[in-house]
Amino acid sequence: MKVGIPKELSKQELRVGGTPKTVQRLIKQGFEVLVQSGAGSKANFSDEEYKNAGATIIDTMKELYKQSDIVFKVQPPTGEEVEMMHKGLVTLSYLWPAQNPELLEKLKNKGVNAIAMDAIPRISRAQKMDVLSSMANIAGYRSVIEGANYFGRFLNGQITAAGKVPPAKVLVIGAGVAGLAAIGTAKSLGAIVYAFDTRKEVAEQIESMGGKFLTVDIEEDGATSSGYSKVMSKEFIEAEMALFKKMAGEVDIIITTAQIPGREAPKLILEDHVAEMKPGSVIVDLAASTGGNCVLTKNNEVYTTENGVTIVGKLDQLPTQASELYGNNLCHLLDDMGKAENFNIDMEDDIVSRAMVTYDGKINWPPKPLPVSPKKKVEESKVEIEDPEVTKAEAAKKKAKSTAISLVVIGLFLFLLGKVAPTDFMGHFSVFVLAVFVGWQVIWNVTHALHTPLMSVTNAISGIIIIGGLLQVQNDFSNPMTIIAFFAILVASINIVGGFFVTHRMLKMFKK
Amino acid sequence: MISTQIQTAAYLFAGILFILSLGGLSSQESAKRGVYYGIIGMFIAIVSTILGKDVNGHIYIVVAIAIASVIGIVVARKVQMTAMPQLVAILHSFVGLAAVLVGFGSYMDPHTLALSDSERTIHLVEVFIGVFIGAITFTGSIVAWGKLDGKIRSKPLLYPGRHIVNIILVIISIILGVLFTMAPGTDGMLYLYIMTAIAAFIGVMLVMAIGGADMPVVVSMLNSYSGWAAAAAGFMLGNDLLIITGALVGSSGAILSIIMCEAMNRSFLSVIFGGFGDAPVATSEEIEGEVTSTTHEEVAEMLKEAENIVIVPGYGMAVAKAQYPIHDLVENLQKEGKKVTFGIHPVAGRLPGHMNVLLAEANVSYDIVLEMDEVNEFMDDVDVVMVIGANDIVNPGALTDPSSPIYGMPVIEVWRAKKVIVMKRSMATGYAGVQNPLFFKENTDMLYGDAKDSVNKLLSEM
Repeated sequence: MKVGIPKELSKQELRVGGTPKTVQRLIKQGFEVLVQSGAGSKANFSDEEYKNAGATIIDTMKELYKQSDIVFKVQPPTGEEVEMMHKGLVTLSYLWPAQNPELLEKLKNKGVNAIAMDAIPRISRAQKMDVLSSMANIAGYRSVIEGANYFGRFLNGQITAAGKVPPAKVLVIGAGVAGLAAIGTAKSLGAIVYAFDTRKEVAEQIESMGGKFLTVDIEEDGATSSGYSKVMSKEFIEAEMALFKKMAGEVDIIITTAQIPGREAPKLILEDHVAEMKPGSVIVDLAASTGGNCVLTKNNEVYTTENGVTIVGKLDQLPTQASELYGNNLCHLLDDMGKAENFNIDMEDDIVSRAMVTYDGKINWPPKPLPVSPKKKVEESKVEIEDPEVTKAEAAKKKAKSTAISLVVIGLFLFLLGKVAPTDFMGHFSVFVLAVFVGWQVIWNVTHALHTPLMSVTNAISGIIIIGGLLQVQNDFSNPMTIIAFFAILVASINIVGGFFVTHRMLKMFKK
Repeated sequence: MISTQIQTAAYLFAGILFILSLGGLSSQESAKRGVYYGIIGMFIAIVSTILGKDVNGHIYIVVAIAIASVIGIVVARKVQMTAMPQLVAILHSFVGLAAVLVGFGSYMDPHTLALSDSERTIHLVEVFIGVFIGAITFTGSIVAWGKLDGKIRSKPLLYPGRHIVNIILVIISIILGVLFTMAPGTDGMLYLYIMTAIAAFIGVMLVMAIGGADMPVVVSMLNSYSGWAAAAAGFMLGNDLLIITGALVGSSGAILSIIMCEAMNRSFLSVIFGGFGDAPVATSEEIEGEVTSTTHEEVAEMLKEAENIVIVPGYGMAVAKAQYPIHDLVENLQKEGKKVTFGIHPVAGRLPGHMNVLLAEANVSYDIVLEMDEVNEFMDDVDVVMVIGANDIVNPGALTDPSSPIYGMPVIEVWRAKKVIVMKRSMATGYAGVQNPLFFKENTDMLYGDAKDSVNKLLSEM
């Protein structure tokens, strides 16, 4: 099986479907890899690096498509590219099937088995192949860097000899993957981070990243079974707008990440919000390409409004990093499909059947809905929480009671024993009981690390039973007592010698 | 010839030396001195006994000790540290066997016949109990040895009604004991034989019913039994040194058993009377998330970037003998200025303290080998945890899932670290048969393969 990595035709696209690391992974999976000359140049990967990773460099795209069985691409193929494809070719790329019905038609007619990476269902098992998540992560990170770049102050608070600098305040709207990445990045740069999301369930995630969860006083949960948020009621939106307006005056950087697949981005930051903002503040709009969350955003442009607010509608893709993660996602998908050896398109599989938008000359879109992140069963824990103080006191009482009872029992037992037993025995018994107590005190002090030597040394000293044998040996070997005693001495001595020796050997090994 | 008074004084001195010997094990520095105390004590005890006036047949004594010393030294020299559990188990069986032999010898001893009635009864009870405990220790330890050595399947052998059978056997033994003490002269020998056979059987069944990872408890328990057997022999012979030593060893084994049981959150009785798995495991909470696997290169990268690394070894490390490459790995990491520590769970391995000995064998400094509580304290600041061949001892279900059979067992809370790498041969469950939610956590990656190979590969990557 051959995997081809062509050069991206789009001028704006800096990423590439696979990096030299991807090539190494693919080779490990058993694939041969072909790379079009210059494919990685915009993402800073040279042909040389690909070659060193084990790929074969192919000069023209046409030849690459001809030889490949599977193709790793980023952007949806153009008509020109589709022309070069052959029947049965498996392509992995973004396709946006909902927006591109003609493209699906073309691919179907060519007999191409096209996998839309953007249609990978968002289920746990598919997380490692989810390109939207990995790209969103990059975008979230970059949005903070971009925002900080246009913001004229430190993000972290400092107390310097020259004076005190307060930390910057950042508001992140939408706590999806990009939002969470932005929260984490802003937090680590030292800013105070607020975050808003219509889904109540993400509050915990926001806080875990170090953000403060903002909410409105209206009971409505925006969570849906698709993992994206739904459109909220009018009251909710009004309350939300009021909140944003209030926050706009306070914060220094606003990062918006709200996107609904296949639709225009919701308008969350209105003109009067922007008017509220302090001069020098920044808005970074991650939804710029789908119309922007801010009404004033201009796609692919950075500009400053009259009141001095910079609105960023363009974001660097970090192509080197992005290509790396993108390639990994694609490799994981091939891993799931059986690697080179057992490569198999399983239309029963939850992931493949949904992402494979054209298969075997048919269009397979839209797919059956698939619910994600099933609601956790919230079970009230049945354990009654008892007042710890009360239970402690009770336990102490109980303990005192049981100690008293056992002392009485022991006392009675000793009394009875003393009545029947001969003097000799009582003497030995006293020694025995005291030795148990001494042993008890001494052994609790033994460090855990030396428990094995403890066992072997107790093994050795329990060989003291040899004394029994020594006292029983008779002068005459035909006496059965002598034979028995002989063996008793023999095994007990093995214990003594072996036990001490091995303990010594072990302890010698313990070094600082 | 020395007088009885001097002999008693010598025994007392030996007893003190034994106590100091065990006391020495409270730290690594004093431990070596402790062993010498023990050896000196033993030497004094044996010599003063042989020089006593009651001892005959010196030639046989010398021959027996000479043969045994050769065997003992050869075995102790050759044994591999990973095979320590087996050695300890077989040595226990020797003590048990010696107790049985001494018991029989004592019964045949002409002195016994000369005792007055009440003294004789007490003496015979002592003989009987000594042989009983000795026989259980003997066969139980042999089975434990077989299981640890892989000669006997380590799966618990459980048959219905075994508790009742055991109780009946004990009752029969008690009846035999009564008959035994009443029999005149040495007529009770038959009862003693039958009881020995029964006790031997109980010993076998007791340990057969116990599964692999409960072995630390069993070995400690047998350690304790061997002590009690020696103490019982002391009573029969009226010898205080034997009583003292037996009591020391007996309580030492009992304490180890308690520590092991606490570390598994199980009562001592439940370990002795049957392992996990006899009750059907309730379907635990469904585990969310998925298992992600990683490669040696990625792990090597991670280690390069990490500052604070913790290694949690388990029985799998012992099986794969991975301690040597692990030591090299640790040394490499330390050279780069990283903080590396080991976190040892009390029941990791098949013997209390087993992991410590293996790491010591591989020259890992004991300063960086920490106990569970110590590593849990700073777990939140750890960058990477490598779990090597351990499973149940790092299972978060033990803290969070009340339906889990190991719920309540203290565990090393590795998941609080930033990243967890689990080195394992496969996705199989651990001894307790419980799925481990740790593997499904987002910050956990699996690195499949033999532990030794994996660590070697990591070494070559770095």
